[in-house]
Amino acid sequence: MNESVSRATAGMEPALPAPSISPDIPFASSIESAAAEFFEWFGELGIFFSRVVRAAVTPPFEFRELVRQLDEIGSKSLPLVALAGAATGVVLSLESRFSLTRFGAKSLLPAAIIFSVLHETGPIITGLVVSGRVGAGIGAELASMKVTEQIDAIEASAVNPYRLLAAPRILACILMLPLLTLASDLCGILMGWIAQALVEPLSLHQFITAGFNGADFNDFLPPTFKTAVFGLIIGLIACFQGMRTKGGAAGVGRAATSSVVLSSLFVILADVVLVKLIIIFFP
Amino acid sequence: MARETIMEAISQNATKQEAAENLSADPAIAVADLHKSFGTQKVLDGLSLAVNRGETLAVLGRSGTGKSVLLRIIIGLEKPDSGYVRIHGQDISGMSLDQLGDIRKKMGFLFQHAALYDSLTVEENVAFPLQHHRQSMSKSEQSDRVTALLAEVGMEAGLKKMPSDISGGMQKRVGLARALALEPEILLLDEPTAGLDPISSGEIDDLVLKLQAEHHMASIVVTHDLHSAKTIADRLALLNKGKVVIEGSFEELKKSDNEFVRDFLAHS
Repeated sequence: MNESVSRATAGMEPALPAPSISPDIPFASSIESAAAEFFEWFGELGIFFSRVVRAAVTPPFEFRELVRQLDEIGSKSLPLVALAGAATGVVLSLESRFSLTRFGAKSLLPAAIIFSVLHETGPIITGLVVSGRVGAGIGAELASMKVTEQIDAIEASAVNPYRLLAAPRILACILMLPLLTLASDLCGILMGWIAQALVEPLSLHQFITAGFNGADFNDFLPPTFKTAVFGLIIGLIACFQGMRTKGGAAGVGRAATSSVVLSSLFVILADVVLVKLIIIFFP
Repeated sequence: MARETIMEAISQNATKQEAAENLSADPAIAVADLHKSFGTQKVLDGLSLAVNRGETLAVLGRSGTGKSVLLRIIIGLEKPDSGYVRIHGQDISGMSLDQLGDIRKKMGFLFQHAALYDSLTVEENVAFPLQHHRQSMSKSEQSDRVTALLAEVGMEAGLKKMPSDISGGMQKRVGLARALALEPEILLLDEPTAGLDPISSGEIDDLVLKLQAEHHMASIVVTHDLHSAKTIADRLALLNKGKVVIEGSFEELKKSDNEFVRDFLAHS
């Protein structure tokens, strides 16, 4: 009988002490601790991103899951994005009409609406709507899987959860955001025209001709494709927050909320940088 | 190398590396001088044990003594702070996720709450490992295998049900079928009878015994249920404060003079 392993191992080297914060050392003033958490979060996000990239570019590829996520993120977000885009078009038409009339530039109304929608309101509204709907959905779904050990079960089944869960969701966000932006732009421009036509008769052809006068692909492609970066941000942050969740139902709630808040915040911050880059590289 | 020789080697002031080398010589699972802490809480404190091929070890102990953490470390879901885990002689501590995947294909894990995928049916849950690791099997072969596995655990009638529509005991059966899908050489069971009524517990015990007899796997069963441990295990290991206090048959545990062992057995 092996009476006691603890006794048997008594002569072995002492264990390495686990890294811990000694209560004797005043490590944590609240600012220091918040700063440490801030940098730790970014560090973990970086490691998470590198794992996802590695999983995404090495076989086997999860095509079936990708198609499912394209439907989940793309098709099911379409009505909401289209409605948000349409509402923005109407508001832009109403507000711009009032302002431009005051300055005697009413003829520029179609161009003002179309340029606003294509350059900024379409992409950012799409980014924020998707970060709300999809960010919360992914964050809550993965968090729920995490706290019920389903992600551990995937890993224990020798399946890479970064490849199965994170990579298809992030890729679907990257691919669908520009397409959803196109839908939002289209609805915004159409509703902008309808709002104007109800006040002052104007054909769609006249509206489009006047609006796109002088426009080129640089007015359209870079702002549309910048939303792929929004997609990366939304997918990455939502997957990261979901897959690092701890603490039961409350943890799931926190993950869903933080996914929306952080992805919306980073979408807005990224927009600032991307607009500046587009102005520099696509004047 | 016999297990007695291995433990003797550890006791003779062997270094951790030597102990791990010795442990890895024969057992299916060899754990040496394992330490694990979460923050300031020390969970495992120099734990060592080994399980041979075809043998079942029941790990007992009070709540919070690191039993489940031990299983999670063995399958690579947690990394130890120090110490060694060898599966069929391979040290898993420095392995990447993909390298670990190759080891995990030889292992089955039944989670405490079964951890079935709640968006998949019972049938799809059991088919999950086959779809990812047995692509050479046709759909109908996979389907036949799933049906056979579910029949083995007495769940052939619930193929199309969702996990939320079946009882806890049934979920454990399905979890067990999923753990067996890849014909593992090692089976890890985390509290297989926890939360079940005595009849369901007995059924799960019988099922585990039957599967062990048929598949001849090395198994570690973490449990609080001394009756279940006596029924299904060849050996028992009692943990306290992150260490193995005593290891042996139930009769040997009963003869122990150790105060903690006596106290534990008296309250079980």
